[in-house]
Amino acid sequence: MPTKTILTLRVNGETHEVAVPVHKTLLEVLREDLGLIGTKHGCELGECGTCTVLVDGQPVLSCLALPVELGGREILTVEGMAPPGQLHPLQQAFAELGAAQCGYCTPGILLTSLALLADKREPTRDEIRQALSGNICRCTGYTKILEAVELAALRMSGTPSPSPLPQGGRG
Amino acid sequence: MMRLPPFTYLAPLSVGEAVRMMADHGPEAMFVAGGTDLYPNMKRRQFEPKVLVGLRGIRELVGVRGEATTGLVIGAGTTLTDVSEHPAVREHVPALAVAAGLVSTPPLRNMGTIGGNVCVDPRCNYYNQSYQWRRAIGFCMKKDGDICLVAPGSSRCWAVSSTDTAPVLWSLGARARLVGVGGERVVPVASLFKDDGIDYLAKARDEVLTEILLPPVDGLRCAYLKLRRRGSFDFPVLGVAVALSLDGGRVKTAKIVLGAVASQPREAVEAGALLVGERLTPALIAEVAGVAARPSKPLDNTDLTHPYRKKMTKVFVARALRRLAGLPDSPENEEEVA
Amino acid sequence: MSTEEFSVIGKPLAKVDAWEKVVGAARYADDFFLPRMAYAKIRRSDHPHALIKRVDTTRAQALPGVYAVVTGRDFPAVKFGILPVSQDEEALCTDKVRMVGDPIAAVAAVDEETAEKAADLIDVEYEVLPPIMSVEEALAQDKVRIHEYGDGPNIHKAVAFEFGDVEEGFRQADLVREDVFFYQGNTHLPMEQHAAVAQWSPDGKLTLWSSTQTPHYVHRALAKTLQMPPAWIRVIAAPVGGGFGGKTDPFSHEIVVARLAQLTGRPVKIGLTREEVFYCHRGRHPVLMWIKTGVTKNGEILAMHCRSYVDGGAYGSYGVASLLYTGALQTVTYKVPRYKFEGVRAFTNKPPCGPKRGHGTPQPRYALECHLDKVAEQLRLDPAEMRRRIAVDEYTKTANHLTITTCGLRECIDRVVEASGWREKHRKLPYGKGVGFACSSYLTGAGLPIYWNDMPHSGAIVKVDRGGGVAILCGATEIGQGSDSVLTYVVAEQLGIDPKDIRVATADSDLTPVDLGSYSSRVTLMAGHAAAQAAERIRTLLHEAVAKKLEVAPAELVSRGGRVFVKDDPERGVSFAEAAVLGETMHGTLACTGSYTPPKRAGKFKGSGVGPSPCYSYTACVAEVSVDPDTGEVKVDRVWIAHDVGRALNPLLVEGQVEGSVYMGLGEALMEEQVFREGLHKIPSMLEYKSPTTLETPEIYTILVETVDPEGPFGAKEAGQGPLLPVPPAVANAVHDAVGARIDEVPISPEKVARALELKKQGKPARVGPERLPVFKFPEPVKVASAFGEAADPSVKRKTQG
Repeated sequence: MPTKTILTLRVNGETHEVAVPVHKTLLEVLREDLGLIGTKHGCELGECGTCTVLVDGQPVLSCLALPVELGGREILTVEGMAPPGQLHPLQQAFAELGAAQCGYCTPGILLTSLALLADKREPTRDEIRQALSGNICRCTGYTKILEAVELAALRMSGTPSPSPLPQGGRG
Repeated sequence: MMRLPPFTYLAPLSVGEAVRMMADHGPEAMFVAGGTDLYPNMKRRQFEPKVLVGLRGIRELVGVRGEATTGLVIGAGTTLTDVSEHPAVREHVPALAVAAGLVSTPPLRNMGTIGGNVCVDPRCNYYNQSYQWRRAIGFCMKKDGDICLVAPGSSRCWAVSSTDTAPVLWSLGARARLVGVGGERVVPVASLFKDDGIDYLAKARDEVLTEILLPPVDGLRCAYLKLRRRGSFDFPVLGVAVALSLDGGRVKTAKIVLGAVASQPREAVEAGALLVGERLTPALIAEVAGVAARPSKPLDNTDLTHPYRKKMTKVFVARALRRLAGLPDSPENEEEVA
Repeated sequence: MSTEEFSVIGKPLAKVDAWEKVVGAARYADDFFLPRMAYAKIRRSDHPHALIKRVDTTRAQALPGVYAVVTGRDFPAVKFGILPVSQDEEALCTDKVRMVGDPIAAVAAVDEETAEKAADLIDVEYEVLPPIMSVEEALAQDKVRIHEYGDGPNIHKAVAFEFGDVEEGFRQADLVREDVFFYQGNTHLPMEQHAAVAQWSPDGKLTLWSSTQTPHYVHRALAKTLQMPPAWIRVIAAPVGGGFGGKTDPFSHEIVVARLAQLTGRPVKIGLTREEVFYCHRGRHPVLMWIKTGVTKNGEILAMHCRSYVDGGAYGSYGVASLLYTGALQTVTYKVPRYKFEGVRAFTNKPPCGPKRGHGTPQPRYALECHLDKVAEQLRLDPAEMRRRIAVDEYTKTANHLTITTCGLRECIDRVVEASGWREKHRKLPYGKGVGFACSSYLTGAGLPIYWNDMPHSGAIVKVDRGGGVAILCGATEIGQGSDSVLTYVVAEQLGIDPKDIRVATADSDLTPVDLGSYSSRVTLMAGHAAAQAAERIRTLLHEAVAKKLEVAPAELVSRGGRVFVKDDPERGVSFAEAAVLGETMHGTLACTGSYTPPKRAGKFKGSGVGPSPCYSYTACVAEVSVDPDTGEVKVDRVWIAHDVGRALNPLLVEGQVEGSVYMGLGEALMEEQVFREGLHKIPSMLEYKSPTTLETPEIYTILVETVDPEGPFGAKEAGQGPLLPVPPAVANAVHDAVGARIDEVPISPEKVARALELKKQGKPARVGPERLPVFKFPEPVKVASAFGEAADPSVKRKTQG
């Protein structure tokens, strides 16, 4: 067994001390040592975006990040997006609009969207596409995801939403 | 789940400390910056270093300094996101901002560094595979084996240079600062590469690439075009970087550098020379594009077919030059636009 | 019929499992961490085709941290497979491997790293056999055999049918046209890599959690391969992180962890790597196709003859059904009075193909829709108008004896023509821009079960708690498509309660009645009916009890808005919770079952079992593309798609299914391909197997058409698969409209388009596609009189529910 190192990690505003071998990635430590199973994985090679978390507000791939390199940095996972018992407007919009089908890419996409909205209050659809271009979703065709990010942006900017649900196109 | 092999991680705080650590641990150690290239390779057991010397904590490696008119200096540890979004880079060397912004995906660009991208391990779809896959096909000479699976008769490795930024830096005439235990040196980016898929960098093992030094770029026009299947994720399977300066409507200097069609970026010297002293007419561009495609020697070890990548070299060079000349992309649209 | 008469049906509600998914709380199979859990790893074949001479596990056993190592010899000598006619897989291969990635041995260890290290320490000696990597080789080869069963050397199955005299039809035709197409194989690529966890209880019972779409079939396969009573096995499908058909077979890794858990006395987990998921595959079959139709000058089809050469891969899987599906549904979209189909599925040394979204039908759909585009061009007809003219009529039978109920195809065509501006765009856009048209139809659940039996295809229990809470127990499997939600909506509507007052427990073989699984677009219709029936029975009991209390007749009562009340005097009533108490007081514990068996409508001929369905969905699609003539790159700018879903139980979810289908169809059309080199999968990774990103996915405009089918619950038909079908041919036809190039194979890669344009410059036909067909003598066709145009059984038009 390789030697373990004691590391201090800031995750979702809490300080955790973990004893892990240094070659364990952030993805593995979150899931296997901290019980934060909301962070998913689809390739572990940086080729799908599923395991995206935020480090100091920036989307990074937890499968290619080492906890030893993240001392003092603020890590945010899907579990920390909103205070306990509450939903972030993005989570609310994703649920309402059907942006999560199988739900497996959802945590990574939510966090990437959160970083986008922190940077741009009202991103255009093209800007959302660009920001999410590193997150593969096989279920939705992205349409409902783009709509949900737009709805959340609208709600967060305080502009009253004209209609929370898409109405067009139904026979 | 794909996992990393065990290693010891060292976190130097200065370049001097980093190179000493590297020298101390010899061939078992490797530098790691963003890790976006090295860690996937380690998970597939392309590399199994016993020691990693992490460059992430070294402040002096990060940031863009200086003025474009006298020459920007880009720390090798600057993330690709920061390079692509830097106002001076965007304004004065847009091709570099474009190239950095086209690397992989947004989260990877937040992690990956420009130094890492310049030094990215040449790729091959016989090589960038799991240990078990490589065992099944029979290991290649780049790792664990002794033949090249792309060109079995060849005595060298034909892995493909897959950096987006290096062709641009080369075309701009940028230089690289290398620091080792024995001191430091500044070399043209053009001489940083070797034509071999394994031994591809003219850099000693214990040397760190610390800075990219751009020349003064007053009046320089540059472009970068990238061929790949998708607008994200994918490495280039052809990159075309062009930089030129004009004097009274005539080309004063010109460099055309091709990426991802050999084991190193390849300058189309002859084609560049044809431009000098001439006006950028559609006819000249067509001629130059044909000549520029000659050094493009793709093999069947990436996405898309190699004859197509070869054919597209000409199209992309023409397109890059046409854009710099203010012409529409395709000659067929010329009349419409005019 | 307006949706106003419903409280829940037709409303754009959030999926019932959406909340746990957006907070990261949903527990997928790989999210199970049990005390003392061991991790498993499988040693897989390095060779595409070889005999196993020796497996030596000594070095692996000796590695510290290893709990157990098993080989094929540690299992009963029993084979398994999804279809009773193709039981050709082993938990671990004993004597022979048939593809790179075939499982040979497995390890359970203290952690995954140790398990992997041990797996690599297993020494395997092979006697290498020549691999067969294509259908052409397989059909030409009779010395080397991959399997010892089938319809010939390396022929898994060969079939032929003729419904009516096609030659006569061709003689009467104004135009007879033949074309050849190739549809490359591709894979599901679910974001979640397959995982399974097995645990034995001290009394010798097994529990398996797995990312499976078909827990019932996994249950049967475990009982068979472990030779133990099914009563001692419990299979639970964890929420599935994407299926698309890729988790529809029982898999070796599920059996292996069960055995390892038994041997080690620990829970054992296996999580496959992405590469291993490519080896599980069961994806789209590569199919080479020949199609010949005879048409009148108006484009009416008089006869059609199709041939499929299907590359099956190393095992049977659903292959016999897949093969038949490449022919069976060709008659359901347009009027085809005479029809002949010949098909062959060959074994090759590649991961086995199986059911991917649209199972066996996107390939012939591509051929037919591109072929019809050429017919329309040749006849100088508008491709959309021509299709509208030849669309099937509702309540008729097809040549091959399939019964069509409702058909909204003409409305779908009209709606996409209108929305896309088709008439202003087709053959009118500038060079490099184009629009393409295609239609399709798909089944709503297979009419016959996979293994022969007369039991229901789906069952549900609805139980009412004294507090008014309602539980639904059903074997249906939530794979993201919204099956838990559909069950909830149907029961909520029947009982007149808020969906939030309902809990759903699904896909647990101990607790829930059997549902055959999430495949063939069957869940909404079949499980929906079963749940509706159970709820209706509960409602009857409640109304009886409430009627007694209110001193009215039960027929005077309605359940709505969380109350049971007198229809003509709404003030008189009780809350649902009170009704539950009255009901339980009168009847005892309140739980009712419901079940569903599809109508038996298959034709009376051998091979008629694939194709029948209670009803068919219809789709029409327009794709608008930009083609770069210099590079051949195709960019899809917009897609308009109209889908006849019968009734949208939740329009939001239906739109999601349509949009997802369009996405997957675009991936297949433009870039996804499962290709091999030197016996190996060439690109088993998320990076090199190209799945479209947000940047390649266009705006998708979805139009839902409702025909309210008498066969569906509340009139619903399928939505999860059919909308994929017209997308690839619509793109191909749009490429032709844009630059005049015919790409008669998918994926439509830039190099193919560039090559076609190069050919055009040389004055040759601007076409890229297969040039010839393999030599193969199909069997004598089963000849059956065409049932084309016959009226559907009168019993079909029974009253719509709800």
